[in-house]
Amino acid sequence: MDEHILQVKNLHTSFKTESGLVKAVNGVNFNLDRGKVLGIVGESGSGKSVTAYSILRILDHPGEITDGEIFFRGEDVVKYSEKKINSFRGSKVSIIFQDPMTSLNPVYTIENQLIEAVCLHTSRNKHEAKERALEMLELVGVNEPKKRLKQYPYQLSGGMRQRVMIAMALACEPDILIADEPTTALDVTIQAQILELMLELKDRLGMSIIMITHDLGVIAEMCDEIIVLYAGRVCERGSAEEIFYNPRHEYTKGLLRSLPKITAKKEALIPIAGSPIDLLNLPDGCAFASRCDKAMKICLEQQPEELVINENHLASCWMNVRKAYEAQKGEQV
Amino acid sequence: MSEHLLEVKGLKQYFPIKTGVFETTMLKAVDGVSFTIDKGETLGLVGESGCGKTTVGRSLLRLYTPTEGTVIYDGQVVSDKNIQGFRKEMQVVFQDPYSSLNPRMTVADIVGEPLDIHKLYDGKKEREDKINRLLTLVGLNSDHSRRYAHEFSGGQRQRIGIARALAVDPKFIVCDEPVSALDVSIQAQIINTFEELQQKLGLAYLFIAHDLHVVHHMSRRISVMYLGKIVETALSDDIISHPMHPYTQSLISAIPIPDPKLARARKRIVLEGEVPSPMNIPEGCSFRTRCRYATEICKTQEPQLRELAPGHEVSCWNPQGL
Repeated sequence: MDEHILQVKNLHTSFKTESGLVKAVNGVNFNLDRGKVLGIVGESGSGKSVTAYSILRILDHPGEITDGEIFFRGEDVVKYSEKKINSFRGSKVSIIFQDPMTSLNPVYTIENQLIEAVCLHTSRNKHEAKERALEMLELVGVNEPKKRLKQYPYQLSGGMRQRVMIAMALACEPDILIADEPTTALDVTIQAQILELMLELKDRLGMSIIMITHDLGVIAEMCDEIIVLYAGRVCERGSAEEIFYNPRHEYTKGLLRSLPKITAKKEALIPIAGSPIDLLNLPDGCAFASRCDKAMKICLEQQPEELVINENHLASCWMNVRKAYEAQKGEQV
Repeated sequence: MSEHLLEVKGLKQYFPIKTGVFETTMLKAVDGVSFTIDKGETLGLVGESGCGKTTVGRSLLRLYTPTEGTVIYDGQVVSDKNIQGFRKEMQVVFQDPYSSLNPRMTVADIVGEPLDIHKLYDGKKEREDKINRLLTLVGLNSDHSRRYAHEFSGGQRQRIGIARALAVDPKFIVCDEPVSALDVSIQAQIINTFEELQQKLGLAYLFIAHDLHVVHHMSRRISVMYLGKIVETALSDDIISHPMHPYTQSLISAIPIPDPKLARARKRIVLEGEVPSPMNIPEGCSFRTRCRYATEICKTQEPQLRELAPGHEVSCWNPQGL
């Protein structure tokens, strides 16, 4: 097995608010391998972005990592000093955000912002940084890069801004790129361009990508490994093929059933009943139990353990235990 | 009397934009759009942001005054003067369930407002009954009618929006991206609600969305828009399996498919460049700057919608896959 470049173990992140403790991430585990794309999929409030922000330790106040470890090349990022985390951000792991409209500073030129990133995280001087900025814009396929350097964000289109964001994120040659819904704000034809660009750069620069999205289509196109989050817990994780063709958690199954597909015949959709869960009052049992049509008594009482389905697949659902038990009983009879 | 419930002919909607001290340029948001919708039918309208799909919906409802063109509803021409009468026939459900509901009104008042405006009840009791019936119809608990919009989740809010649209018992609803702000698991609930209501009440929809998966699922026919014009219209299965306009082809090939094997096996047509500004639309065919089949004629002459197969209209000089 490959060396894991990033290992997240039992991560807990909460926000102390006036109305109580919001437990956004509750015991998330996963590994990221070199040169791979890991997809984190889930609905709004499932904790996918908070997981990413925890890795970089850029949580907004009052967010806090309350438990768990994040190992980057064997070192625990949670224990990093403020100085060390600053050099870790950008040069080891960098991030691109969902909204390319608001994540660039409107009063500085593209050149200014790119140079700032390079000077902050590498030992290059201003002149070298300038060259690097131009080089990066060329790399991400921005047309007329020399002219663009002198422009302000409002003069660029959404797709171009996201390219600039990618250029900025990659300027310091990080080992891991975290992409937080990078194409959600873009049109499909532009989305296709950006996804293609990300895969191409991944191969060329040999980095790993953590792709955060709610769009199962994007996940299917991009990812080698997938983790499915619900209410800050991992429902299941495994290879893309396993998750799509052999889902072993009722939530994943429900999600896949509820999607309209242009490749399939038109039939009535099977929605997941109920509404998303309240993170202030997490249940004792499985977080999905209240919306699950297969829920058993134990699902309401006890959280399911993560079970090994096969070497490429782990799932936390009591149905798997029941199936295993029934299979065993069947053999005995 | 025409057989179509709604007929839109040559609809144009221009907005003047100040480009200098004494200069204004026309932003051609919708530039000559024609289509028909039958009773109980769903027409899907897809396209990328800025293509004018939302504007089509709004100007046919006269939320804007169209620059040019006619809208014929059930044989009658809709104008600024008689639009009030048509408000009972044509309604709208908006994209954002967070900003389209007044936070200071209770659900009962939001759903009851159209009843008040059109005076559709006798006495308090009937008003209340009607509101409760509407809430039940869209799958909400009628006990919640005293609550405010912020007490509901996104999916439930969208249901409130649907109940409000249904209050006046319309025959036609413009659905403007009604599910794109919702989570995947909630999306399917709302889509099913729209379909059930259509069957129960015989509603016709103009379903505007950018997600082709959803539009294909909902619609009998789909029109694809690019820069204020419809470039292709066909039955929804036909348009997915045999797109003829190069733009439709690339649009369909760019949709992410939630199936790893299919997604990786298929060939993508990645479009070069970006959509030109609607204030500066290229001459001839507006898509030619990004089209890989563009020829001389595309630069000079604008293609018109032609029926190239039964029920399949395309506006392109070099249609593909004939």
